Amino acid sequence: VPAEMDVLRRVSARCEAREPVIYREAGQFKTGYAADQAIFPIAQDRWLVVAGVAALALVPPLVANEYWLQAILIPFLIYSLAAVGLNLLTGYAGQVSLGTGGFMAVGAYAAFKLTTAFPGLSVLAVFVLAGLCAAAVGMVFGLPSLRIKGFYLAVATLAAQFFLIWLFNKVAWFTNYAPSGTITAPTRTLLGVTVTGPTATAEVRYLVALGMVAVFALVAKNLVRGRVGRAWMAVRDRDIAAEIIGIRPLQTKLLAFAVSSFYCGVAGAELVFLYLGSAETLAFDINISFLVLFMIIIGGLGSILGSFLGAAFIILVPILLTNVPRLIGLAMRTDTQKHLELMIFGGLIIFFLIIEPHGLARLWQITKEKLRLWPFPH
Amino acid sequence: MKSRWLAVGMMVAVLVGALAASAPAQDKSMFIPLLVYRTGPFAPNGIPSANGFNDYFNLINERDGGINGVKIAFEECETQYKTDLGVECYEKLKNKGGGAVIVNPFSTGITYQLIPKAAVDKVVIHSAGYGMTASADGRWFPWVFNFPMTYWSQASAFVKYVGAQEGGMDKLKGKKIVHVYHNSPYGKEANPTLETLSKQFGFELTLLAVDSPGQEQKATWLQVRRLNPNWIYISGWGVMNQVAVREAAAINFPMDHVVGNWWTGTEVDVVPAGDGAKGYKSMTFHAPGRDFKVHQDILKFVYEKGKGAANRPDVGEVLYNRTIINAMLNVEAIRTAMKKFGNKPLTGEQVRWGMENLDITEKRLDEMGMKGLMRPLKVTCDNHEGNGLALVQQWDGKKWTIVSDWIEPMREIVRPKLEAAAVEEGKKLNYTMRDCSKES
Repeated sequence: VPAEMDVLRRVSARCEAREPVIYREAGQFKTGYAADQAIFPIAQDRWLVVAGVAALALVPPLVANEYWLQAILIPFLIYSLAAVGLNLLTGYAGQVSLGTGGFMAVGAYAAFKLTTAFPGLSVLAVFVLAGLCAAAVGMVFGLPSLRIKGFYLAVATLAAQFFLIWLFNKVAWFTNYAPSGTITAPTRTLLGVTVTGPTATAEVRYLVALGMVAVFALVAKNLVRGRVGRAWMAVRDRDIAAEIIGIRPLQTKLLAFAVSSFYCGVAGAELVFLYLGSAETLAFDINISFLVLFMIIIGGLGSILGSFLGAAFIILVPILLTNVPRLIGLAMRTDTQKHLELMIFGGLIIFFLIIEPHGLARLWQITKEKLRLWPFPH
Repeated sequence: MKSRWLAVGMMVAVLVGALAASAPAQDKSMFIPLLVYRTGPFAPNGIPSANGFNDYFNLINERDGGINGVKIAFEECETQYKTDLGVECYEKLKNKGGGAVIVNPFSTGITYQLIPKAAVDKVVIHSAGYGMTASADGRWFPWVFNFPMTYWSQASAFVKYVGAQEGGMDKLKGKKIVHVYHNSPYGKEANPTLETLSKQFGFELTLLAVDSPGQEQKATWLQVRRLNPNWIYISGWGVMNQVAVREAAAINFPMDHVVGNWWTGTEVDVVPAGDGAKGYKSMTFHAPGRDFKVHQDILKFVYEKGKGAANRPDVGEVLYNRTIINAMLNVEAIRTAMKKFGNKPLTGEQVRWGMENLDITEKRLDEMGMKGLMRPLKVTCDNHEGNGLALVQQWDGKKWTIVSDWIEPMREIVRPKLEAAAVEEGKKLNYTMRDCSKES
């Protein structure tokens, strides 16, 4: 009906001319299934994300100093990846896990063993293989999920956390018999550029971490939009109903554990190779599991964006709070400052959970919905 | 709905606020970052340690106007003894005030993290009496120093002490020694030496790990009771120390046969166990107490001016004394380097030279008011451990007293092992061995 379309276009053009609407989808017509099912159906979102990733790739390496890259942005990216992984399992498939630290440790130790045994292997291959090792271990510890649910499953995965850490502490083979039990990331190059080891620049490490997290987040987003993700969500919402409509719980749950552990494993390997440089099992203790769980709870369960927001909140806010008193020239004892930081941080967590129990991602969604109506709220 | 906007606003404010810059630098000063832990499960030991550093650097600035006119600028950063926070602190402070020259990680775990980084950044690592033992081989690790002594030397001195108590090294045969250790790089460090010595002297060694932080040790001490060893050696830190001493007392183990390493024997470690801790021993490398001129100077020049970091009665605690010695060694290294490079703010490279050529004589100790507090010390290019000797101190329920002579570690056993380990560790980092005869 070309005449009607023409009227519509003219109306929308008029609106565009008169009203300062910045976030509006009027005029964006979807003419096929592909457009309708796109990750970001609204053009503004699409451009925002593309521009955001491009800006993250270009701006920080040029502008930020080493402290920013090495101590703030790299851990943020790595924990984001781990949070995406746990979110797939807990947020989408509904399986609560406290084994994240353990699975990250598997990734880290596997990467260390692989790269010391095969020094010629590309770092990226090492990361992926380490992730696969973690996936295999994750599947083993995911088996109880068929019989145990909810909090009980959380306790069962806690066993993974403690067993794996104990194993890496006990068996010296994992650390190549280092007397201190410490694994050190050796120097490895990628396309002639040093990526890991003490001589790798913060810029290169950052770009590798960013590249990995961008690719894996895209994969995750597509996973959850497709058949697999729908199966996960069906199991999460009502496992018996899911079974009745033909979703096999064994495969679905184990796949969730495998994919989630893969992400955590890659994040663990990156934690040692791109961030810490060397690590012992303490770097993967139970606190890490809790930390990542808090990230997805605060960020938003069942949201990829939420994983990033949660990681940003948990990683950046304490660092910011530590630096604030000095920035405003307030002399404060180190311990007072730390205690204040913990108090304010705890307060903020409670504040955000009360304001929006569904996490920061939901907050962002509400903001977007408001923006769509703005300046004409009902 | 309003509150939702408030939340969004706060989020934005938090993220935007994070984009701020660093503080201005002072001139005519050298910057030393202090990685401390005044909070968390390791704070009982972290607090006196941090106070010692503060007070000694303040003493140098207040009494002498700095080192030959160059003030010491320093800043604390809280690590909670966690390695990732340690790395963050290091990254934050390494370029401050014209660039850090020495870093004292004050944690073996953090030392392991910083060893690969610091050499690239040209920052000296001084892990005084802790850290990676292998780094004592200066030919492989030019940037790392662990004088006055390493864990391995310490463990050998402990075995020597036990031998002396039993009436000769040959009496060690068949004796049972248990090592209760913090399950971290720090706690594990003494194990290889103890294992070697157990083979050599024929004592039976049992290694019992305590998971960090170490509040829960019931199972460990149940095992100790079943084994009924002759001697117990503890490598603990933070809250683990108090619990270990209490548990040892609770199973009625003869406390004079329980020996902590030198990180497991300060006032706060034994006081909670009350009378049960009487007789408990620990290794050390300096005297306890505050009857030294340096303490009087600290009280006079720092505390009288209200700049003291500790509570007055805590001046002279074991760990406090240890860190004023640690701080003194840093200062003297800078002083040594100034003799060669001039009285101006030095670079990390120049300070490294000063560390390597450090020679603290009895006369110098006397000048600093530390006579009797510690022994003279000499560092060389290939020996970054120095020539330190160990002591044993005992808790009498009120204070620590030295109960042994200076114990020479079994260097002939430790050094070859250490050199072999240095090759291993050095190769991991793609280092090559330098020739110390070519160093000036």
